[in-house]
Amino acid sequence: MNKTKQMVLALVGVAVLDLVLWILIRIGIIGPYWQIILNESMIYVIGGLGLSIIYGFTGQFSLGHAAFVGIGAYCAGWFAITFSHYGIWASLGSLVVGMVSAGLVGYLIGVPILRLKSDYLGIATLGFNFIVYDGMQNSDKLSSVLGGAQGMTGVPQFQTFEWYFVTAVIVFILVRNLVFSSHGRACTAIRENETAADVVGVSPARTKIMAFTVGCVLAGLGGALYAHNYPYVNPDSFSFLESINYLIIVVLGGLGSMTGTVITAVGWAFLLEVLRMFLSLLGPSFINLRGVLYALILVIVIILRPQGIFGGIEASFLVPHIGRRKSDAAAGS
Amino acid sequence: MPLLEVKNLGINFGGLRAVNKFDLDIQAGEIVAIIGPNGAGKTTVFNMLSGYYLPTDGTIAFKGCTMNGLRPFQVAQRGIARTFQNIRLFPQISVLDNVRIAFHPRVGYNMLDSILRTPRFKAREAELTGRSMNLLAVFGLEDKAEIKASGLPYGAQRRLEIARAMAVQPDLLLLDEPAAGMNPSEVQQLVELVRFVKEKFDVTVLLIEHQMGLVMNLCERLIVMDFGEIIASGLPQEVRDNPKVLEAYLGRGAVA
Amino acid sequence: MVTFFQQVVNGLQLGLVYALIALGYTMVYGIVKLINFAHGDVFMVGAFMGYIGYTFIKLPWPVALVMALLTCAVIGVINERLVYRPLRYAAKISALISAIGASFFIEYFTSLNFVFTPNYISFTPPIKEITWIVGGVRITDIQVVILVTVAAFLALLQLLIFRTKLGLAMRTVSFDHDAARLMGVDVDKTISFTFFVGSGLAGIGGVLFGFAYPQIWTFMGVMTGLKAFIAAVLGGIGILPGAVLGALIMGQVEILTSAYISSQARDAIAFAILIIVLLIRPSGILGRNEPEKI
Repeated sequence: MNKTKQMVLALVGVAVLDLVLWILIRIGIIGPYWQIILNESMIYVIGGLGLSIIYGFTGQFSLGHAAFVGIGAYCAGWFAITFSHYGIWASLGSLVVGMVSAGLVGYLIGVPILRLKSDYLGIATLGFNFIVYDGMQNSDKLSSVLGGAQGMTGVPQFQTFEWYFVTAVIVFILVRNLVFSSHGRACTAIRENETAADVVGVSPARTKIMAFTVGCVLAGLGGALYAHNYPYVNPDSFSFLESINYLIIVVLGGLGSMTGTVITAVGWAFLLEVLRMFLSLLGPSFINLRGVLYALILVIVIILRPQGIFGGIEASFLVPHIGRRKSDAAAGS
Repeated sequence: MPLLEVKNLGINFGGLRAVNKFDLDIQAGEIVAIIGPNGAGKTTVFNMLSGYYLPTDGTIAFKGCTMNGLRPFQVAQRGIARTFQNIRLFPQISVLDNVRIAFHPRVGYNMLDSILRTPRFKAREAELTGRSMNLLAVFGLEDKAEIKASGLPYGAQRRLEIARAMAVQPDLLLLDEPAAGMNPSEVQQLVELVRFVKEKFDVTVLLIEHQMGLVMNLCERLIVMDFGEIIASGLPQEVRDNPKVLEAYLGRGAVA
Repeated sequence: MVTFFQQVVNGLQLGLVYALIALGYTMVYGIVKLINFAHGDVFMVGAFMGYIGYTFIKLPWPVALVMALLTCAVIGVINERLVYRPLRYAAKISALISAIGASFFIEYFTSLNFVFTPNYISFTPPIKEITWIVGGVRITDIQVVILVTVAAFLALLQLLIFRTKLGLAMRTVSFDHDAARLMGVDVDKTISFTFFVGSGLAGIGGVLFGFAYPQIWTFMGVMTGLKAFIAAVLGGIGILPGAVLGALIMGQVEILTSAYISSQARDAIAFAILIIVLLIRPSGILGRNEPEKI
């Protein structure tokens, strides 16, 4: 089956999936609680793709991703509340605000920090996560809207799944386009061998900063959506433990695989809920086993598949077709 | 005007003077080799020429412009390409992508074009893909275009590294021990390849090598280094019989 | 001024405990280049062992200390065998994820009702609070105990690393596994032993921490472990004196920030200091910058 047909089929499949879910939600088989979880899975897809660009594709070990999700959430939430008299435009605007704020902070932090090598970069980003967390706890000193340690309430809520789904699909397509372009190749070159990338004319600093900024923009978008999915925005949702969740999603999914990130993000969002449901069937005292089972699953999966579930694998309809014939226009370079 | 003008180049690493008073002029179209025992400072010179090390003394001028202090990616963008002693490919990405990446500085479209797949993106991407495939064909790698670079046999990996260097569209090509690990027949193929590359792409070549077979057959001029300094230079025949050179390689007293 | 010295002494107490944990991180990192995420949880187990030994089994506290040491040392070894060894030569990030899983496992398993329960547990520590006033500064006997215990174990560790064959093996393996094997070193046993020692030290740290701040909880290892890890990095990861130095600094920073700025800001400030140090000295204070050979 040729590439175009594959891609069309994939898009049709996506549309059908959305339709099916829409029907299930309208009928009531998927209740409001599960709709929130579905939305959450889309948020993890978007945020996960952001970390995937930073770490999976460019090799920059960031342990502070949740901080940028949080920055997006708070800035978007603040904007949506403050301009709520503009209705839906305020919320749409807040998505942009979330992206820009997270991206800007990502850029400013990235410039000094991305000079650090792998493990140390992780530690520095982890530190940044803490600093931001501390800031969120004290955010009421900046503006009472932000709520401080109690969290921010009052963001207009949009829990229609279609919005989240469509946003995630669009983000996915755009990320895929970026990955399979010269800019994407620059990122993977840096990941594979920074010294060699340097010597073929790819600036390591510029590439890393670009990737980091784009990744943070996506984190900010995820955060902005988060603010509209939950009645309150709480600092604890953006702690370093949450950054570790994003890391788990990206690594378990397979570094450098967008397919892996997406599937693992959705799976992960549902895993804990499914575990909870399953365990509560066994009896009330079994619910506490949820964490233990989750930990066991994590360890077993990574030992059995160290490269991640989809490590090195990308859905074939995503990869662009390469013309195999030599171009007729003669001379090489 | 010489293509490359290096004057009084020197570098200190802490207390160690690794390279001292290194002069070199290369005219466009030459094939020159730097030879010398291990530890003589040859790769250090390359590292300075390609921008990894900042020289402590001396100047490097390329096409008339000073290169001191430029970063490696800037050096590449000015027209100097380089390969490494231990091959540095991008192992987990395809052979084709290894070459396509070298077109990035001159890619002709921006990130927005990439994300939105504009006509400009499609046109430029097709063009650079075509040119990359042609380059792979020149080096006999086109049927391996889509496999991972780490899957190539050693000799093919070396050729890929040179192909990638050529994709930088350099005026000067620095080859660091390109024949390392090759048997005599492979070395002969390499000699022909380098000669072919020089003719076809009109590029000047400076190489570091230990294999005398390659050097004698290929190079018009030799520079011999020992302990960080040039001890001899000239035509291959002259240098081969120079007593200082023999002493550097074989040790004092080995010269009859 | 007296209050300042008081805080310094308090900071020293905390720093010494961090030192015990930080040493474990740095030893493991030095030998297998792994950030042992579960180390903080071993510390937590130590605290609980100390509590259980003293409060339930009614052991004299030094015996409880030894019990904790051995339990934690064994847990460390089991951890290494089951969770880290399969991934020892795989990608570092995979080993890190496994370590994270191990950490979660220990936390959630011990939180189960039939183990330690998820509750905060307060208890009366064994060491009677005798205090001395030296130059206006209050020094408690628990602080003296901590100082003496940590100093003693540091001295033992020095002896082990630099005067014994095992210590030599540890140093060798931390340079190059294959070369060590070729020299006849049993790499697997050496690594297991390193985990044994490192986790044992964390266990002691846990007991002392519990006795000094007697409110323990199954998730107490998360933050404390993280801070000890920061300490190890601050001083230069993989370098033993660096771990101690970093830990003492972290202890001081934490206590002084709590006292003079706000206790909320202390983590943020500790991290801010770390980031600044890393930007100036990318390999930590005592770290050696190994430039890449091109």
